[in-house]
Amino acid sequence: MDSALIPEGVKRCSFKKFAIWIGVLTIPTLWGIYAALLCWGKALNQTNLNDNFPFGFWIVADLGVIALGAGAFFTGFLRYILKIEELKNIVNFAVVIGVICYASALGILGIDVGQPLRGWFIFWHANVHSMLTEVAFCITCYFMVLCIEYVPLVLENRRIDAYRFFHFLSHRFHQAMPAIAAIGVFLSFFHQGSLGGVPGVLYGRPFAYRSGFLVWPWTFFLFILSAIACGPCFTLLITWITEKITRKQLVKKSVKETLAKIAGWLLASYIVLKIIDTIYWASSTAPRVGINFKSFYANQPYGIWVLITEVGILGIIPAIILITKQGRSNSALLILASFLNCAGIFMNRWIMTVQTLAVPVMPFDKFASYHPNWQEWATTLLPVWIGAMVISLSYRYLPIFPQERELNPA
Amino acid sequence: MKDIHSEQKTYKFGMVIDLDKCTGCGACMVACMAENNVSFRADETDKLRSITWMRVYKMTNGLPFPDTEVCYIPRPCMHCEGSGHHRPAPCIAVCPATATDRDHETGIVSQIYTRCFGCRYCMAACPYHARYFNWWDPKWPKGMEKYLNPDVSPRMRGVVEKCSFCYHRFQRAKNKAYAEGRREIREDEYQTACAQACPAGAITFGDLNNPQHAVYKLKNSPNAFRILEKLGTNPKVYYLSTKEWVRRGVDHYLEEEAQD
Repeated sequence: MDSALIPEGVKRCSFKKFAIWIGVLTIPTLWGIYAALLCWGKALNQTNLNDNFPFGFWIVADLGVIALGAGAFFTGFLRYILKIEELKNIVNFAVVIGVICYASALGILGIDVGQPLRGWFIFWHANVHSMLTEVAFCITCYFMVLCIEYVPLVLENRRIDAYRFFHFLSHRFHQAMPAIAAIGVFLSFFHQGSLGGVPGVLYGRPFAYRSGFLVWPWTFFLFILSAIACGPCFTLLITWITEKITRKQLVKKSVKETLAKIAGWLLASYIVLKIIDTIYWASSTAPRVGINFKSFYANQPYGIWVLITEVGILGIIPAIILITKQGRSNSALLILASFLNCAGIFMNRWIMTVQTLAVPVMPFDKFASYHPNWQEWATTLLPVWIGAMVISLSYRYLPIFPQERELNPA
Repeated sequence: MKDIHSEQKTYKFGMVIDLDKCTGCGACMVACMAENNVSFRADETDKLRSITWMRVYKMTNGLPFPDTEVCYIPRPCMHCEGSGHHRPAPCIAVCPATATDRDHETGIVSQIYTRCFGCRYCMAACPYHARYFNWWDPKWPKGMEKYLNPDVSPRMRGVVEKCSFCYHRFQRAKNKAYAEGRREIREDEYQTACAQACPAGAITFGDLNNPQHAVYKLKNSPNAFRILEKLGTNPKVYYLSTKEWVRRGVDHYLEEEAQD
């Protein structure tokens, strides 16, 4: 039925099977849309957020998906700026994942703010001193860059490419890609850092506050590093899931190992700096305001296990696996390390936002806990289902994996 | 370029709350809600979603009976000064839409409800929990609309609100002074609702820079202190207490500091 749209020389499932798959994904999507409509229609009382936890699961998801989506800009940086040719075989997919991640972040923010129709105030009445302003400008601009990077992929669809105009347009886009990638890299470094600045500048919240360099707290730099460490791993993880679902090898192992090696060394560097930052924060920044850092972990469930899990289990272990040749050449270990790396960064974003708010600052204040309710889960998972649809459509109709034909001869 | 604020009479309005006098009766909270059209719901059991611009906290000395002592701490917005241009109040620095700012004339930290788009970053930044989000649309019991304060705009859902030091009273006092040909307002012309309602006279309000005002003298008392002073937020709300456990109980101290 849709065979004319499918790239040449590759095999895809029947249209019926594909339609059923999309139909299955539609069910949780509708659940998410319903929850979003509740939040818009009845206001944010539909969530478990409160005045102690003005930031919750949505902010964690925002910070998390933007870090996971860093695979797009960083793979583009490696491919187009550092000219690591091998990565051309995975950069297209990284762009698709990036588009989904950034669209998700913008979509979740659209539900998270109390007055979504005033969202444009952030640009119109911009406070240039606010980290969130910088984040808003950069992620909006970078999302446009990602869309521009995604367009040539769409133009490569067999049917569209048959038109001379689109064929040449696609060619021109490809020629401009290094410049577009460079813009993306510039914007991404800034907003990944600014996202780190969001908690790092909160000098009224000693758990999150960090000193730093000029106007940038140390978290600014840590967030950049952690994002470029986990972004490529998320690309590898989604590639693995796609391969499992399609039952095909789509990217050569050597390509994956190259990306894993780079991510591993970045993760190792990040963890070393994170440990130094934690030691400095615990021994200098917190005591300066009269706080023994152990008191930050006095309220369960946020015990010291949080720090050990984040840095040790979800940081040091995946870093060791990824930087050792034996580790990353073992497919199971590579995927495990990628998962741990991504989970670690997600956990870090939770700690820097939700745990920050959970720690009482006024000594006579009481600890309160927070957990997301179903509306928050449904809306946060919404991008997962829509993302799966976008990946399914892109995989079916666009030549996003250049090595697919070679690895899966007809 | 000429500084538009250079010729303006400036104040630094602040508050001194005597905790030895406070009985924790909550009259300040009630007066504040009525004066500022603070919305409420039929069921206010969820205190983490109740809007209380002025909130009375309870603190104890942690000792068992019969040595237990209790202190009540009324907490309005601290109207933090921060420390200089590069480190304003925690909330001002972070608001992405400039919906909160420090008024040059009064030093009061404002909240522009019609500009706030509800990101709640300011709430995360405030260590005093002085900022509140409107989780619901305000709904008043039938007939109560007639009793709302016409000088204060009610807030819509999805925006943040907080204590304004009854700024509308300052505007009213200023208008009166202007009509009478005066440039300055008198101390008694501008008082917050909480200060006037306190039956124990625990709350004193005025210009912290004016030696003629009571707060000027009170804030320089050896028993004066501020909450979380070490953070550097530089609040304009001071407290008084003759009890050391109260003075030390509102900030953090390391073990070695406590031994001093």
